[in-house]
Amino acid sequence: MNDDKTPEEKSAADARVALFQEWFCDIIPHNKALGLKVVAVAKGLASMRLEWRDEFVGNPETGVLAGGPVTAMLDGCCGISVATMLKDPKPFATLDLRIDYARPATPGQAVIAEAECYRITSSVAFTRAFAHQGDPKDPIAAAAGTFMLGTKGSAMRPPLPQDKARGGKR
Amino acid sequence: MSGQAVTSLLGRLAEARKSGEVARLAEAIPYARWMRIAPENGTGELLTRMRYHEALIGNTFLPALHGGTLGAMLELAAIFHLLWETETAAVPKIVNITVDYLRSARPVDVIARASVTKQGRRMVNVYVEAWQDDRSKPVATANAHFLVKSSDEPPSL
Repeated sequence: MNDDKTPEEKSAADARVALFQEWFCDIIPHNKALGLKVVAVAKGLASMRLEWRDEFVGNPETGVLAGGPVTAMLDGCCGISVATMLKDPKPFATLDLRIDYARPATPGQAVIAEAECYRITSSVAFTRAFAHQGDPKDPIAAAAGTFMLGTKGSAMRPPLPQDKARGGKR
Repeated sequence: MSGQAVTSLLGRLAEARKSGEVARLAEAIPYARWMRIAPENGTGELLTRMRYHEALIGNTFLPALHGGTLGAMLELAAIFHLLWETETAAVPKIVNITVDYLRSARPVDVIARASVTKQGRRMVNVYVEAWQDDRSKPVATANAHFLVKSSDEPPSL
């Protein structure tokens, strides 16, 4: 994703990933328990990685991954894509989430999620996401999530450099 | 490996039916054990409980359970319901699920009850409701489709 970027752009992208990693994966206990890693973030886009673990197996007959870890990951990844679209940090919450299980995950392989927030209004954000195991053209799951903005709680977005640039209103 | 495992979950189902200990179904599913999600039928109806522990938290400020954990337990509640309440020759395969988040879930146990809206020959539509202390105030609901097949049918859609 960073291949065609200058070293400066690349280090800014790395810093952004580190910031979201801390805010969404290291601080949120369930994301931490799953071991979720933020792979990339850009405006309206987010990507995450879930390493394979035996305790995520949902079907002991086949060794296939349970739906739960994928659901939690897609929820989180869609959430980050929403956070990247917020002009001012504000709390938000998942309103609904649909997951289509396109094919069983191959046992032993990590899962990558890629989410896009394609539309945001003052109260609702709309997202789509796919989960795959290395080939985006061969997804294991697809998701559509809607988020309610301005809910109770603390601001769900790390402070970004542009906040300072715009006068640091936080 | 898979042949032996088949006897393990469906074998456990048979065992659980004999003994009435439905909670044993969860023992065969690593993810259910990890999440502390298990079915129970102490009140005469099949319910699924997710025991609260700190790793379920998604929002430390409120605090509230992670939406993904609610989706996960609604899905498992549907699977336990299908295993227990319907004649099944295989573990139901989830096709899709839509979760509606109605309230933020507090850091206590979550209980879910599933019901079959439509049972087809190959496809089942299941509705699931999850609540905490007050059953009349659900925290999340879900609709899901599962592929089920009886043993005499070919393993295709």
